[in-house]
Parts: sequence; structure tokens; C-alpha cells
Amino acid sequence: MAELIPTIIAKYNYWIYIILMMIGLYAMIAKNNLVKKIVGMSIFQTAIILFYVSIGVKKGATIPILEGVHGHGAAHQVVHAADYVNPLPHVLMLTAIVVGVSTLGVALALAIRIYNRYNTLEEDEILAQIRKE
Amino acid sequence: MREQYPAIIVVVPLLSALVISAAGWVNKRLCFPIAVAALGVAAFSSIGLLLRVMDEGVIVYQLGGWPPPMGIAYYVDHLNALVLVVVSIVAFLNVIAAKKSIEQEFPEKAAPFYTLYVLQVAGLLGIVVTGDAFNLYVLLEIAALTGYGLLAMGEERAPLSTLNYLYMGTIGACLYLLGVGYLYIVTGSLNMVDIARLLPPLYQSKAVLAAFIICMVGVWLKMAFFPLHAWLPNAYTYATSSASSLIAPLVTKVMVYVMIRLILTVFTPEFVFATLALNNVVVWLAVIAIVMGAILALAERNLKRMLAFIIVAEVGYMVGGAWLGNRAGMTGAILHIVNDALMTLCVFMVVGNIVYKVKGYAFENLQGLFRKMPFTMGAFVVGAMSIIGVPPTCGFFSKWYLILGALQAGHYGFMAALIFSSLVSVVLFFRIFEICYYEPFSDHHGHDHPPEPMDEAPLTMVVPLLIVAVILILVGLYTGDIVNHIIKFAIPEGLV
Amino acid sequence: MKIIGLIITIITGAFLVYAAGDFPAWADPNSPASTYLSPYYIEKTIEDTSVPNIVTAVLADYRGFDTMFETTVIFSAGLVCFILLRIIGRKEPETRHYRHILTGVTVRLKEGRKITTSEDFERIDDLWTPPDLIIKTGCRLLIPFLQIFALYVIAHGHYSPGGGFQGGVILGASIILMSISHDLRTSVERMREKVVAILCAVGVLIYAGTGALCLLLGANFLDYSALAPMLHVDPIAARSHGILIVEIGVGIAVMTTMIWIYTNISSAGKYNQGL
Repeated sequence: MAELIPTIIAKYNYWIYIILMMIGLYAMIAKNNLVKKIVGMSIFQTAIILFYVSIGVKKGATIPILEGVHGHGAAHQVVHAADYVNPLPHVLMLTAIVVGVSTLGVALALAIRIYNRYNTLEEDEILAQIRKE
Repeated sequence: MREQYPAIIVVVPLLSALVISAAGWVNKRLCFPIAVAALGVAAFSSIGLLLRVMDEGVIVYQLGGWPPPMGIAYYVDHLNALVLVVVSIVAFLNVIAAKKSIEQEFPEKAAPFYTLYVLQVAGLLGIVVTGDAFNLYVLLEIAALTGYGLLAMGEERAPLSTLNYLYMGTIGACLYLLGVGYLYIVTGSLNMVDIARLLPPLYQSKAVLAAFIICMVGVWLKMAFFPLHAWLPNAYTYATSSASSLIAPLVTKVMVYVMIRLILTVFTPEFVFATLALNNVVVWLAVIAIVMGAILALAERNLKRMLAFIIVAEVGYMVGGAWLGNRAGMTGAILHIVNDALMTLCVFMVVGNIVYKVKGYAFENLQGLFRKMPFTMGAFVVGAMSIIGVPPTCGFFSKWYLILGALQAGHYGFMAALIFSSLVSVVLFFRIFEICYYEPFSDHHGHDHPPEPMDEAPLTMVVPLLIVAVILILVGLYTGDIVNHIIKFAIPEGLV
Repeated sequence: MKIIGLIITIITGAFLVYAAGDFPAWADPNSPASTYLSPYYIEKTIEDTSVPNIVTAVLADYRGFDTMFETTVIFSAGLVCFILLRIIGRKEPETRHYRHILTGVTVRLKEGRKITTSEDFERIDDLWTPPDLIIKTGCRLLIPFLQIFALYVIAHGHYSPGGGFQGGVILGASIILMSISHDLRTSVERMREKVVAILCAVGVLIYAGTGALCLLLGANFLDYSALAPMLHVDPIAARSHGILIVEIGVGIAVMTTMIWIYTNISSAGKYNQGL
């Protein structure tokens, strides 16, 4: 038990992002309004993005832009990998952010179509209207 | 140019989709020829790639000139190449048949529709051919987003069903992304073959177990494996017929391919079947999927919805076959990917023809169709025989391998479920044959009512359908060749 | 439904927490992710591509294939919003509102009657908004500076945080600012729908076309060193220039998609009035 507490504190980033993910997932499943579900989906995706970015952090390192080197012809300078943060999660998450925005746009367009047809955004009212048809 | 086939397969559809989008604003009539040409080139190069793989073995193609794991690499082996051929041929035949029904339903939005269609095919081809785990996620999202756009263009209930599909599809894709993230944390690499090389010392760690389960649940959500199938019937029923005959045969099968790729290449069979020992649970889930799919299909009075529930049962076949853990089961699952794509294409194209002529697909609209549309219904009979599992159509042979695998693994429940669903399919399809054979009851008692003239769908819709029906029989007859020359090499030797 | 949601969420959360027990600690420099692949990127970027911003180099060169599909994702999102919402063809006659500029009197004309363009009347949206000189003038002055900053962000992506996506979003935001501060018809007049749609496809075509050009010149797809003879530089500088070309394509595609999605969603496909 005594060595559990330092472990929990050392990995606190993972616990925070898991809690965020679960908040998003709960909103998607349990809420009634379509826009609230879409917001929950956005929270879920954002939590995964933060999770990935937190993987790349290194203690005492700076952002992954090489300092003090100029563009063409500076190939002879020595670069230490421990001075710079891991760039790969940042690259992957640029893609994931764009994908999240696109999905949000498509979901909102679908919600507008549904509103034009049923005149409400609450899921139980829409299902009631469908059952009556 | 032969070395560039892996890139051509994905790049040519992508470039032509963009050209269609720009050209559609200038002149609408250019869209269809460009789409057909692009998908034709993709089909041709996928066949060329399969022949190359059968000659040379595994092909590695480096994108951007960077060796893996620094860059993204395509990794083409027998499994890949076979599924690529199936996907590209299905898409090519379907776009020819879709022309008339697009002109009938929404002529002013034909150009964006063709663009989304070709982009969807490019996404699916990319999912199959890639060897990088994160690249697969990006292509998964392309296929998903264009799929949402295509499916939402249907009837009045289509946007709501597509929104429900969007929620579940996004959760599935995000879970897959999370699983890849877990794998990245413990190995540091994103390339599939590289991860497989780095994983064996870590098999006992909790993170790898979690990564596997999260990836599997994500992929199951996207392939509509029971109990995560709730989105499929609504989404496929209310869509327009040209969209549903593209998406229904292909998307779930490509997800089954992803699952088999994860099992065979990334997490090798030693981990999945020996260390993990979840086989029994998953195969029983598959049994429940097959039984529920068959029973729910019996309750439907609507042809398209019935076929959608049959898809749920077919996914159960493939997942159960893959998780049986022996060579015959895995062969059956891979063969069933090929066969089910073709069978589902055949029946959904039949529904497209029926909707084009009769404007409805409930059972009441189907009366007298054997006389009015003989070629369409002939192809429907071949497709139905294949789903039931009657030789010499291909459906019989994949069921044969699946039953063989079940017997070898001693899993009699799975075998019973397969036989049960075949019997239920007999009831389902013969019910439809009966409705279609008899004319609608006329009011002229005793008068000589002249038979209805033949009112077949146009030629561009009937010829691809007949080609698919012939392919179904040919694939069945050549099953032995396919299994011995292609599928045998797709499964690693360790699997017995 | 809420109870089922709570149960599913708690079980999933507990499973994820259990799995995180094996992870390396926060900011550990010896974790597998930080020691296996990324040192190659950090140490070799300046030799291979002569671009100091490692993220841009990895995004557009090493993993450029992913970025091309990401641009396709955003293009297809714009296209899906268009195909779902846009109402083409005969529109039903609509009610228009006009305001007399000098006196402030508003006039409502039903069933498609309209006042031809004149200096006395301006057309306003259905939701009444007060005429605001400060907002209109302020935004009109601000928009050109936004666009210059966005072009700087795209062009300087090699040396500072930035690149095609970021710059494209700022460019799109400048046009959206015009449609919020003035009204939607003004921005549609400035950038017509046909131009936006064709530019969107052209942006992604620049990216995919560069890759196809490399294919035709004999190297693998998206291998920018094949462009070296065409640009009259050595292969390493050719990679740097190739990255700049694809970033420009990405910027154009993202800008036009942002504008397209905004106009389609805010006017619900009718293109007559926005928010």
C-alpha cells in the first residue's frame, strides 16, 4: 500500500484524462438532447487527444523546434534528443484534432436536418413522433 | 509502373474524386465517366498486385521514400491483396449500376454524390492496403465520414439513423485510436510489423491486454457484432439504394479484415489464442449473434431490413470462424469475407433494381416480380442460394470450412448455430419467392386477364447484376484454387 | 438509460485505470515512446530536410501520407455538409425585410416581392439586429491584418509553430468574421459558393498532385527529393520546398472548407441569411 501512493501521484495525468473520457462517454449515452450528445462526443475525442500529447512530455525538455540552427546548410551541428520533447504525438494529434472537427461539422449538419423534419431536438419526442407515424 | 501498384490503387481514386468535385461545378455529365474510369484503374491494379504477390511473396512499399518505422509503409501480403481485389471489383460493378438510380432520385447533387462514393472506396482500399496502425485510423475516418454523407441522403428517417450510426462509429474509431495509443506507450512504434516484433517480451503486461481488448471492442462496434449492432438495420434500410449497395457489402467486411489483421499480424496467434484464452467467450457471443440475427430477420415485413439483419448474422459467422483458433476456421472466415461481399452486393443490387421500378421494398410491393423482372429475380435466386449455402454457389464452401473448423475445435454450439441459420434463411427466402411468383389478385374473376408485360430495369442496372451472379457461381467452383494458392499463405504456419 | 450509462461508464473507467498501472510515469525521459523512434526524428531532421521545426518536418515529410488523408477528411466534411443541407433549385418565395437608412424604418415584404437595389434601403436579416457602426468598421479594418498574419503563419511554419492547418483556419476565420459582423450575403458576394467549392478541391489536388508528380518522376509517392531537378536545388532543399508547397495546398483546402461549413450550417442551406 505504501508504494501505491507515489505510483498514483506519479501518473496523475492518466487519471485526469480517463475521468474526462468517462464524462464524455456518459454524456453521449445518457443525455436526451441531441446537441448535448454531440458535445459529449467532442469531450471524449478531446480527452483522447490530451492523453496522447501527455505521452510525449520529457522532464526538462523544450518544444520540438530546433534552436540556434538556421535553415539550409546547418547540417553539421550536434543535436541532443533529450533536450526536445517527443514530436510524434504532436503530429498524430494534429490529425486527430482535424478529424474531430470534421465529425463535429457532420454531426451538426445532421442535427439541422433532423430539426427541420421533426421540429425538436429531444430524442424522446422524436421517437414519439416516429411511433405515431 | 508495376512497382507503383500499391500507391496507384489508393491515389488514382483520390485524385479522380477531387477532379469530379471540381468538374461537377462546370459540367455535370463528366462525373460518371471519370468515376468509372478511376474505379476501373483501381480494379485493374489490384488484380495486378494480387498476381505480383502470388509470384513474389510479401511486398513492402515505402511512402515518401522513408524506410519503416520512420515513415509509413504499405505491407501487402496474400490476405491484403485478396481483399483489395474484392473491394475494388464490388465498387466498380456497383457504380455502373448506380447511375440510373442517382439520376432518378437526386439529379442535382450527382457530382458531390460521385465524389463521396469514390472517396469512400479510396478510404476502404487504403484501410486494406496499409501497414501502419495510425494511417489505418485516418483512413477509417475517411471511410466513416463519407459513409455518413452517403447514408444520410435517403428517406425521411435517414438523418436520425445516420446520427445514431455516427455516435457509435465515432466511439468505435476513438476506441481503436486509444488502443493504438496504449501500444505506442509500451513499444514506441506505430508500424504493425514493428509492433509485432517488439511485443513478445511484453505479453504479460496489463497494458498490452488492455490495448487488445480496447482495439477489439472498437472494431466490433464498427462491424456491428452483436450486441453492438443496434445502428446497422436502421442505417442501411433508410439509405438510398445506390449508397446501401456500396456500403452494406463492403464496410463490415473491411472491419472483419482489420480484426483478422490485428489477430494474425500485430498480436500474433500465440498471444491471442494461447496467452489470452478468450476463444470460448467470443465464439459463444458469435453464436448468439447468428441466432439473434436470424430470428430478428424472420420478424421483418420489409425486404431491405430483413437483408440488414442477415448481415448481422453473417458478421457472426466471420467473427466466430476467426476466433475458433484453428486453420480451417480462419480459412472459412477469410473465404467468407470474399463470398459475403459478393452475395450482399448481389442481393442489394436486386433491391436497387426493384426500388427503381416499383418504388418500394415492403413485401406487398414484391408481388408478381418473377414475370415482370425475370433477370433481376434470376440473379436474386442465385444470391439467395448462396446465402442459404447451396452448392455450387460460393456460400456453401465458406460454410463448409466454418463447420469443419467448428468440428476440429469441438465447438458444437457454433456448428448448430450455422445449420440453424441456414434453415432460417431457407424459410426467409422461399417466403419471398412465393410472394414474388404469384401475381397480385385481380378483380376480373374469370375474365382472361393478360399477363403483365416484362418491365425490366434498364440495361446498365441489369448487366452488372448478372455479372455478379455469374461470379458467385465461378468463385464457388474455383474455391479450391483460391484456398490453396492464396488463403493458405495468408495464415501463418503456426496456426494448426 | 442514465443508470445503464452510469454502469457502462464506471466499468470502462475502472478497466482503463487498471490498465494504466503498467504505464511509465509522467514526463519520464526513459519511456519506450521517448527512446525508440523519436530520437531519430529529433537528431536527423536538419540533416534530412533542413527544416528546424521538427513537427512540420514529421507532419509533411516523414508522415506526409497521413497528412494528405487528413486534408481529404476535412474536404469530405465540407462536402458532406454541402450535400446534406444545400437546397438547390426552386426555392419557395420568402419574406424579406428592408430598412430605410435615413429614418431607420423597417419594412416587411411578403411572398417574394423585393425592392431593387437602391441607396435608400438596405436589406436586413429576419432576426432584428441594430445597425452598429463600430463593429462593422472595426472588423473591416481588422480583417486584412488577420489575413496577412495567416499568410505569415503558413509561410513561416518551417521555423516557428505554424503551418498549413493553423494558417488556413485563421484565413477562414477572417471571412467568417466578415459574415458575422456584416451579414452572410456580403461574404457570399466576396467569395462566391462556386469559387469556394472549386478552391477546396484544388487545395487537396495541390497536395495529392505533388505526390503524383513525384510518382511520375520515378520515385515513390510523396518522395520530394524527386523534385530536385525540376526546382534546380539539391535533394535536401527540395524536401524543404516540397513541404512548403504541400502546406500551401493544405492552407487553401482548410480555409475554403471552414467557410463552406460555416455558410452551409448557419444558413441551413438557403444562403439567404446567416446568424
